[in-house]
Amino acid sequence: MAETQIKPLTLNFGPQHPAAHGVLRLVLELDGEVIERADPHVGLLHRGTEKLIEHKTYLQAVPYFDRLDYVAPMSQEHTYALAVEKLLGIEVPTRGQYIRVLFSEISRILNHILNLTTYAIDVGAMTPLLWGFEEREYLMEFYERASGARLHAAYFRPGGVAQDLPDGLLDDIATWVDEYPTFIDDMETLLTENRIFKQRTVDIGKVSAEEALDWGFSGPCLRASGLPWDLRKSQPYDAYGDMDFDVVIGKTGDCYARYLVRIEEMRQSLRIMKQCLENMPDGPVKTEDRKVSPPPRAEMKRSMEALIHHFKLYTEGYHVPAGETYTAVEAPKGEFGVYLVSDGTNKPYRCKIRSPGFAFMSSMDFLSKGHMLADMTALIGSLDIVFGEIDR
Amino acid sequence: MAVLDRAAKSLLLAELVTGMALTLKYFFKPKVTVNYPYEKGPLSPRFRGEHALRRYPNGEERCIACKLCEAICPAQAITIEAEPRDDGSRRTTRYDIDMTKCIYCGFCQEACPVDAIVEGPNFEFATETREELYYDKAKLLSNGDRWEVEIAGNLERDAPYR
Repeated sequence: MAETQIKPLTLNFGPQHPAAHGVLRLVLELDGEVIERADPHVGLLHRGTEKLIEHKTYLQAVPYFDRLDYVAPMSQEHTYALAVEKLLGIEVPTRGQYIRVLFSEISRILNHILNLTTYAIDVGAMTPLLWGFEEREYLMEFYERASGARLHAAYFRPGGVAQDLPDGLLDDIATWVDEYPTFIDDMETLLTENRIFKQRTVDIGKVSAEEALDWGFSGPCLRASGLPWDLRKSQPYDAYGDMDFDVVIGKTGDCYARYLVRIEEMRQSLRIMKQCLENMPDGPVKTEDRKVSPPPRAEMKRSMEALIHHFKLYTEGYHVPAGETYTAVEAPKGEFGVYLVSDGTNKPYRCKIRSPGFAFMSSMDFLSKGHMLADMTALIGSLDIVFGEIDR
Repeated sequence: MAVLDRAAKSLLLAELVTGMALTLKYFFKPKVTVNYPYEKGPLSPRFRGEHALRRYPNGEERCIACKLCEAICPAQAITIEAEPRDDGSRRTTRYDIDMTKCIYCGFCQEACPVDAIVEGPNFEFATETREELYYDKAKLLSNGDRWEVEIAGNLERDAPYR
């Protein structure tokens, strides 16, 4: 009998697949169980953030950044705040900078807990998720005590942070920092040497350093391929210049290396948090420039000038000098950048957002080629994809 | 020796057994789950929940219809109409918040110069229909009356930081 060539099977992975980490629709062409081509379809969570920001004042745009990568909201706000400050040419007081660094690292741990534990559940380990969410709960309580919201904080503002930290919060964070390594150790006991976890991740989705650069990788995924590139070290922003920490790199560039890099990054984050807590200076948390940051409420109720500033800032907002900037921070997922163009009015002329996840998405095809269908979940988990920021 | 060691560990399922032992240890730890409708987690004074319009202790409504909250609201969820009352003071005739649009950023309470609109500690206001989430002035004022004790306490505790 003559041999017949059958067409590859086309399979829709998602957008409602629980392992698709959101609304990812992957069109896979399969030869048996081997992936021949992966075609990611994005845009199902598109909310037009960039366009909306063009119609908001600089302050009103802050909450939109929380909703990009909703797993680590404050890191996004941080980029935006830094970009606006750069255009305005204002300095943030030291205490404000330290609070921002502290909460950026809290965001990093929030993100890595969610990523690592859901990654583990994708490849078959359920327990870390149940334990990890207890720790996440503590961190979100810190968020809530500082900003008033567990997730969408709107806490980092151009010029500093919204409010000073309440009394006792720093002590509670210090206690948590001391206790948290136990959880990392426990999670490592469950996963790092586990044969099932290793069989699912070692040598899956290998990326060499050159390939990682070609595909625009950043963050833990780039470092897992052996490149020690970290924006916190290479172009320190806020108080990162004062912090002593190591850049974590992996050697093999596979899914397992990305897991190991994130685990170690959490320990480095704890180191940074400890330094923030020890050296937390006193003083104001936001710039005293009344043309940018509103006066304290007590002053606003007594002084006419303060009241005028208050009204002006909450209606018209501040005008930002014409100019443009690309500002990026090392968000938990990679380089998160904001390209902000100002035309001298109180609203941004253009705000382009560079999300790390989008670059990972484009590499999906080359990463998955030749792997089994089941490896797709491990790949998606290890790349740390959140659709809020990819679709924007 | 290392090879032998590794083979023994692999054969005896060493890492699986230690993992299981750890899970067993957690099994006997005190539970952290909160029995939700009966127990609740702690809330800070800054918590941004359901909106409320407050009154002065003498019963007069605080809102003076300055429309700062309407102006700052990024989601444009607030609608205000105002005209002078019979006694000549400026008050709102309409104060609507579309709770389905609201993003709970707290800018309205930051902007309010008289502490009239606040986001209170209530987070349990789910409804069965969408219409019930279009809050009008009466609903917001009744929220204010219901939550006044908690809201005033929270504002007082948070005052040094605001």
